[in-house]
Amino acid sequence: MEYEIKPHEKLSLGIKELWQYRELFFFFTWRDIKVKYKQTFLGFLWAILQPLLLMFIFSLPGKALNIPSEGMPYSLFAFSGLILWLVFSSGISNAGNSMINNANIIKKIYFPRLIIPISSILVSLFDFLMAFIVFAGMLVYYKINIDFTRFFLFLPASVAITAISTFGTGSLLAALNIKYRDFRYVIPFLVQAMIFVTPVIYPVSIIAERYTWAKYIFALNPMYGAIELFRAGFTHAILVKDLLLLSFGSGVVFFMIGLYYFRKTEFYFADVA
Amino acid sequence: MKPILEIKDISKRFRISHENQAYMSMRDSIASLFKRSSSTTEEFYALKNVSFNINPGESIGIIGKNGAGKSTLLKILSKITPPTSGSIISRGRIASLLEVGTGFHPELTGRENIYLNGSILGMKRKEIVSKFDMIVDFSGTERFLDTPLKHFSSGMQLRLAFSVAAFLEPEILVIDEVLAVGDAEFQKKCMGKMEEVGKEGRTILFVSHNMEAVSRLCTRAILLQDGGVTYNDDTKKTISAYYNVNENLAKSIMLSDRKDRSGNGKCRFEKIWFTDEKGNEVNRFKSGEYVRIHGLVRPIEAVPKKMYASVSFCNNGGERMFSLGSGLIDKKVVINGLTEIQWTMPKLPLSTNDYWGDLFLFETAGGLDMNDQVEHAFRFVVDEGDFHGTGRLQAAGRDMVFVDFNVEYKNELS
Repeated sequence: MEYEIKPHEKLSLGIKELWQYRELFFFFTWRDIKVKYKQTFLGFLWAILQPLLLMFIFSLPGKALNIPSEGMPYSLFAFSGLILWLVFSSGISNAGNSMINNANIIKKIYFPRLIIPISSILVSLFDFLMAFIVFAGMLVYYKINIDFTRFFLFLPASVAITAISTFGTGSLLAALNIKYRDFRYVIPFLVQAMIFVTPVIYPVSIIAERYTWAKYIFALNPMYGAIELFRAGFTHAILVKDLLLLSFGSGVVFFMIGLYYFRKTEFYFADVA
Repeated sequence: MKPILEIKDISKRFRISHENQAYMSMRDSIASLFKRSSSTTEEFYALKNVSFNINPGESIGIIGKNGAGKSTLLKILSKITPPTSGSIISRGRIASLLEVGTGFHPELTGRENIYLNGSILGMKRKEIVSKFDMIVDFSGTERFLDTPLKHFSSGMQLRLAFSVAAFLEPEILVIDEVLAVGDAEFQKKCMGKMEEVGKEGRTILFVSHNMEAVSRLCTRAILLQDGGVTYNDDTKKTISAYYNVNENLAKSIMLSDRKDRSGNGKCRFEKIWFTDEKGNEVNRFKSGEYVRIHGLVRPIEAVPKKMYASVSFCNNGGERMFSLGSGLIDKKVVINGLTEIQWTMPKLPLSTNDYWGDLFLFETAGGLDMNDQVEHAFRFVVDEGDFHGTGRLQAAGRDMVFVDFNVEYKNELS
């Protein structure tokens, strides 16, 4: 095998190289999951407890204020939104800080840098899978009548959109964070603010009733489409095509910007980290 | 036979910011959009037009002083950072060990860390599984394999780390100072392992300050100096060239020919030299030693003048460590004819490193009426020394300076 090391010139996705290093995805994800639950008494149960506790917290005001929940029990409404939202929020904050947290490795060993933010998103997806077991239990408990075609079509699609937009936003933040440490403070703020323009604990309809333009703001957020689609998988809700397409489009744009910026700047990570 | 590594005209440029920031904040970036001055950054070549070839099976040592560009070269070879210009053709898989134990996680057990570290270093999972027992055996940590790494002693951590690395099997192995770890016995074991690797016909690039290790392992050595290759010959010759570089520190430094100086020139430094406690001329010192600096000043006019005279020590980053300013101790020196000024430090507070010395001669406090100012007038080399006289040496690079101090305590103060 012969190869050349030269000044960074053209931009490529480096898919081939990522594939060569595929085992590292596993090891980084495995490390992060292990470390996350090391020395905890409850271990992996925390992956389930986090969305569950949040659901209880949000259910109190949700029920008291009589927030509409698109025809399903409010706790199911909140939980289904939260488990997907947590993939996004924990994904972008972990991915966003991942390059800095692994700076010591970046400065000493070469491997495709994308593995690091992707692995931290895989950790969030792992937590999602754990929480999904509880979600499935809730579907049974509430005797939800499921159309399985919709279920097996919409749910994986919504998770894919979540993964794509989490990756885009997360890798963009990771690349920015390594150069401008301001993003360390921007990320938690962003995560907190974005939940209000995502139909996690209330449906878009309660805001769109008063401000019709507000639904477009919601739709610009990729997680709007993901969560709407996810919920449509186990209800008979009618999907608004334009808004969904807008949302997916924005997810794809985030994905491309994130990937582009990350690949463009990653060559200098070791110098600025 | 084609060389396994062809390094062709590699240069690496860094921009150094004089504000000494490790990283930028958005505010700085935005502010710099509106500021036109680029005076805060300066370009600096860590490597300049470095070329050499390595044949398969060769063991090459790379030596040079701190800051000569050795680590940068290894980082480029390991693809961690790209070169600014030039190219490297590699005809084999490169594995680099710039630091043992990269990616070790304190919360994971010894076993888990072997897998993680092995994988980060580029081993396949199958490879790790098949070598697992050998790695454990070499490290001698089998009893603690299922204990979190944070409970390992630092020596055990290093042993485990080196053991994983020792079982890498690339065509080209790049090593940076890893033999400087562990106790003497383990170091011996490591050296043995490295020699074995070399005999197996693999190509090794080895960076070290330990000339003994370099001459044992390497057949050829390359001397880097200020970012360029100044010597590329068999190990013995290169090492002696390296020592000559170091001994090039002249006993006394002539300053009369220096053009890069400022001041009105009414008085000028001509020469600078150093002596120890007994008055012998010396060109390098140890931390904690007695140092006397002698400066020879020649005035233009034959009229006696009272002046402030100062020597400042700066590190390689240009940060001033301290000054021996006569004004600080309320003294002026009288320049009358050819005059020798002496500054004395009873205990040198600098830690192991190379420093620059700047010289100043001025008439009014605050540095006005500067007669002569010579920056980087001399190079000052400090070796490891026992500042506190306790026999306990501080690890190099940990502290910049030493100070005399005392520790006391009072009990039962309730």
